[in-house]
Amino acid sequence: MYLETIPDTSAYMIGGYAFAFIVMGIYVFSMYLRNSNLKRDAETLETLQAEEAKKSGTKKNKS
Amino acid sequence: MQPRPLVLKILDFASVIVLAVATYLALVFAPTEAVMGQVQRVFYFHIGTAWVGLLGFIIAALAGILYLVTKDARWDRFEVAAVEVSTLFFFITIVLGAIWARPAWNTWWTWDPRLTTAAITELIYIAYFMLRQGIEDPERRARFGAVYTLLGGISAPITFMVIRLFRTIHPVVVGSQSAAAQGGFSMTSDMKTAFFFALFAFTVIFIDMMWHRIRLGNLEDKVEQLKLKVSM
Repeated sequence: MYLETIPDTSAYMIGGYAFAFIVMGIYVFSMYLRNSNLKRDAETLETLQAEEAKKSGTKKNKS
Repeated sequence: MQPRPLVLKILDFASVIVLAVATYLALVFAPTEAVMGQVQRVFYFHIGTAWVGLLGFIIAALAGILYLVTKDARWDRFEVAAVEVSTLFFFITIVLGAIWARPAWNTWWTWDPRLTTAAITELIYIAYFMLRQGIEDPERRARFGAVYTLLGGISAPITFMVIRLFRTIHPVVVGSQSAAAQGGFSMTSDMKTAFFFALFAFTVIFIDMMWHRIRLGNLEDKVEQLKLKVSM
């Protein structure tokens, strides 16, 4: 008698979908991380710029 | 940085929803393929990610042309976003293909024309970021990047067409396949629903990720300009 069975390849399927979701998750997290780092950098640089502008303004007033 | 626009917020929400629906359709709704079994379900995400991957490389090439014509830095940021998001999706495509190939072809990898061109395409775009990292001057970096994506863009249609032009074991879903193809199957109407929805879902996710990456590029540009001002 000929028996036709579907092979059990579910482990590959689970592995594939887990991989796709993990990679997409890592990418989204990396974007979030890069975004917050850049925001912090921009804030620091803007503060530095404002301080420098203040200093040069005081020097001009003294002279 | 400007606050996230409402349309982008809606797109973020829509991306999560369509991804969930695409996963449901692929894992539950679509019937199990009789020969390969459950692993065939990988196909829906494999094609979805391949579609946006190759589409993004073409978009990057077009953005490269627009940058070379207009010299507008916005096109450079657009190009970087397209390449980065597409490289990510195309990487997923290649790995999902290898996972499918193990039970279907009894090997993770073979130097078949499709697999070879796909690997070359991915490597071309990984090298793109290495090239950009090596150039300090922003204008020169953008110009070199634009020319590079223009040339690299040729690899996308080649990768798409190779299974239709050469003898290959990679199956063709749309169109006639090579006589040597292994692992091909005819789609039922439920499979077609899952397939077309996966294409739609990844297009929405791609647009969403691109938009976020462009905004990130704008912020990078702002920080670079501030650094220049402070150091002067």
